[in-house]
Parts: sequence; structure tokens; C-alpha cells
Amino acid sequence: MADWMSQQGTVGEALTRQGISRRSLLKYSSYLATLLALPPTSSQAIAQALAGAKRQSVIWLSFQECTGCIESLTRSFSPSVEEMIFNLISLDYQETLQAAAGEAAERARLEAMEANKGKYVVVVDGSVSTRDGGIYSTAAGKTNLEVLKETAKDALAILSVGTCSSFGGIPRAHPNPTGAEPVSAIITDKPIINVSGCPPMPEVIAGTIAYLVTFGKLPELDHLGRPKPFFGDNIHDRCYRRPFYDQGKFAKSFDDAGAREGWCLYELGCKGPVTYNACATIKWNGNTSFPIQSGHGCLGCSEPNFWDAGSFYKPLPGRMTGAGEAVLGAAAVGAVAGAGSAFIARRRKAAASDPSASPSVPEGADQ
Amino acid sequence: MTLLEFARGPAINAALVIFVFGVIWRLFWLLFLPRAADHSVAKLGAGAAVSSAAGGFVRHMWPPREYAARTRFSLIVGYVLHFGLAIIVFGFAQHILFIRDIFGIGWPGLPTGVITVVSVITLAALIAALVRRMTNPVLKMISTFADYWAWFVVTLPVVTGLMAVSHLLLRYEDMLGVHILSVALMLATFPFSKLMHAFLVFVTRSQTSFFYSRRGSHV
Repeated sequence: MADWMSQQGTVGEALTRQGISRRSLLKYSSYLATLLALPPTSSQAIAQALAGAKRQSVIWLSFQECTGCIESLTRSFSPSVEEMIFNLISLDYQETLQAAAGEAAERARLEAMEANKGKYVVVVDGSVSTRDGGIYSTAAGKTNLEVLKETAKDALAILSVGTCSSFGGIPRAHPNPTGAEPVSAIITDKPIINVSGCPPMPEVIAGTIAYLVTFGKLPELDHLGRPKPFFGDNIHDRCYRRPFYDQGKFAKSFDDAGAREGWCLYELGCKGPVTYNACATIKWNGNTSFPIQSGHGCLGCSEPNFWDAGSFYKPLPGRMTGAGEAVLGAAAVGAVAGAGSAFIARRRKAAASDPSASPSVPEGADQ
Repeated sequence: MTLLEFARGPAINAALVIFVFGVIWRLFWLLFLPRAADHSVAKLGAGAAVSSAAGGFVRHMWPPREYAARTRFSLIVGYVLHFGLAIIVFGFAQHILFIRDIFGIGWPGLPTGVITVVSVITLAALIAALVRRMTNPVLKMISTFADYWAWFVVTLPVVTGLMAVSHLLLRYEDMLGVHILSVALMLATFPFSKLMHAFLVFVTRSQTSFFYSRRGSHV
């Protein structure tokens, strides 16, 4: 890890060291204010607060994950969000980025915890294995479960980055062999912010961290613990293809005329109506595009259990799983039961109309 | 499991199984029930079984002139809500997808705006039907819980569907889950409620028309 990533001091000092001008800071502050849906005038206040703020000590823990989350952040576009964010924070531990390894790396984590006791923020990407004591994911001889509990104990807050740490993600998908759980299922006595997505948007990660550093508090969260400025609207309501949905114009396949016309992908399984994220507004790769704009429906990756919520290509009104055999069985049983009921009725009628059939008295009934 | 997952998964599948079982059970039962043979001689001019049944069924769709004024309200409300329900169920793209998921066939849908307007009109007709049932002395007296239940399980999906589309009260995915659950409730109780008239109306009206035709009367 570069030294400047983990140096303490104020954000302003870090920016000066990096040769970042006050004008750039103002531009970045305006960008943040826009992302967070704050009034334009707040950008000046953000710039002042950021310049004077102490760089937030951050310990980044990676558990059962694919490194997509950190890739998303570090490969974000200019103006380099990741550079700006690394100026806002003092990244004291991050296994993928740090130069140290083995015992030295572990020592860095413990030293950062000790030096910033009660003040550091823990960023977690990846779910936590809990089955059999969490032995299915370990580093440096410690399970993820142990490291999380140990690190979170004196943390100021926890930022769960990605759907895995927010909701369990793909590792938690059925049959969940490692007993994967989200951070919130394990740590219950610390403020937790969930920045979900597979991967999460770099601007959303950066914006949330910036909010923490700037305002010293958690942003307003939705019912799933996600920052409302980014997860307040569903993809569908902000989608540029929405007018086609309202007109009833749907692509029937990925290469038909409707798809070429840019019609709504709802019938191809798009989960935009039930997915909350900023993809349709901020977009990816420097505001270039997002999955729906690229011609593929939304997978709903920022929602809990998205991997187990039926086929990605099954339209939302469709059932998650078919019940073909059960329905056919019900039809057969219904037919037999109906015919049986009618048969019983016929026998009763026949018995009632048969004069020779008189009620019999059971033997011994008079005793 | 979220509410929507429960609704789209076990709930709707269980409801479909109950619906199919119930409808086929009742239809088989009714169709195979013993019937007394009709030994009477048909009156002169009595039509063939099929034509008299079909003719009577069609004539039943509009009241005789002498009853027109008295039945106008219920007739209009009845037609509006039945046509409205049909347009909602078979015209909304999302519902067509649901049908296609089960039966494998689909057709083009109507724009959302059209369905929304139709839904509001249908809801108004349903409310009017309920108000009439609760205020008309005769209708009120002969109404039972079954009548109100049928109204409830039909109206609930219309209300929740409108609320889901309009993002009212709950988040969209939760209201969509409630909407699908309301449809599941309707499907599961359909065969055992007065909603069964959707199938039986063809049998009962045709049979009545056929009987009367044999007696020389056109109803």
C-alpha cells in the first residue's frame, strides 16, 4: 500500500501532498453534493469540512468475496474517485492493496486498532463464514468470524461494501455450504451502513465514506441499512426505458426489433422494478452506461437473496419456480375426487329409490 | 425469504394447486351427478338442445324491456365490472406474462395508462355494487357472507394492484407481494366461493334455457 494511503493528518494536508489544488477539492465537493442530493451551496461547506477533517482511519477486511468490490472502487474513472477517497481516509489495513503480508500485515491491523480505538471505521467486503465456527474462510490462522468480532469491537462504525457483506450475497445462496452471513447478522452493537451491489458503485462507496468523514455521522438509511441518497429510488423509476414500459412496448428477445429499438426489457426478466440502486442515474464507467443501457436487464444485485430469487431471465410476474407436476397432480386428484363424489351421490340416490333396501338393524342393537 | 419471494414462490403455487383441484373437483362432481331422465314430450317449436341453450344464454345477457328500468343500475355496474376485470386480467402486460408463465401462451398488452383508467373505473363499479348490496333492502336481506367474501377477494387484487403501480403505502416490491398474495387468496377460495359462477354460469343458464325451451317458453 502506498504510504500516503495510510498517513494520518488532515484531508487538506493529504491533498496538498498529492498536489491536488483547492479548486479540485471544490469540484470534488460539488460532485459529492450532487451525488448525495445535497443543495449546491453545501459543496462549499463540504470542501471546508473536508480540508480540515482528520483523515478517517479505515481498516478494510476482505472475507468471502471475489475482490470485485475493491476492483470497482480502484478502477473507477476520473476525476479519480479512488484517489480522492484515499485522500479522505487513512487506509490502515487492506489485504489486496497493502504491501505488507503475513505477520506484518496483521500487526498493522492491530496497531491501527490500538491507535484509533473507538474512532476507526471498519469496511468489510465479503460475507462471513459461520458454519463449524467459521473455519471455511481463514487468514493468518484466524477465521473471518474471529477477525470481524475482534476488529469491530472498538470500531466507530462498520461499512459493509457489496452485497456479500451487506446481505450474504452469492456465498449465502442456497445451499450456503459455509454458513455465510452478512456482517449485520454477527455484529449487532455497532452502526452498520450497507452499500450493496455486486459490485457496488464506486461513487456510492466513495460518497458514503465522504459523508462519514465530512459530517461525522451516518447518512439517512433505508429499511435495509443502505444510504437513502443512493438507494432511495428503484432502477425502474429512474430508467430511461421506462416510457416504453408505460406504453406496453417490450423487447421479446435480446435481438428482436424491440430490443434494437431500445424497448423495455421487463419481459426478458429485468428486475429494475424491485431493485434499489443508483445505476440508472449515476451510471458506470464515468457515467457512460449501465446494464439496461447495454441491453441486458437488471439482475437485482443490490437486493438481498438476489441469487435465489428465481431466474434472471424470468419476468417478474412469473412464479419463481414452476409447479407443473403439482398442478397436473391437483387436476388428476380433482377429477378423481369429483367423479368419486358423483359416484357416491348416485349410489345414495339408487339406495333411496330402491324399495327393497330398508334400513337394517344391527344385530344386538336392542340390547 | 422476502414477502415478494414468498408470494411469487410457495404462495402462488399453492393457490394454483388448490384452484385447479377445486375447479375440476366441482365441475366433475356437478357434471356426473345423477339426473332424472326427462320423459316429457317437448312442446311444438322447441329448439334443438344446443341452439335453445345457446339462444337462452345470449338472451339472458340483456333484460327484457319490461325490466329494463328496474335493472338498469345493476346491469350497467355488472357489465362495467366484469368487462373491467377482463381487461385488467387479460390486457395488462404483467398479467399476460403471469398467464404465459402458466399456460405458455401470450398476446400483446395494453399501455399502463389504459389499464390504470380501467382499474379505477372497475373499482368504482365494485364499490357501487357493494353499496347497492348494502342499501337495497331486498338485496341486503338475501345477501350472505359468501356474497361479501366474493366481493372482497375480487376487489382486493384491484386495490393492491393499483397501489403497487402507484407506489402507495408500501414499497413497490412489498405491495407487489401483497398484490400477488391477494391474487393467491382469490385463486385459493375461487372454487369454493360464488366466484365459481365464472365457470358455472355457462352451465346453469344454458340448462335453464334448454328446460324452458322444451316447455315451449323462451327465457
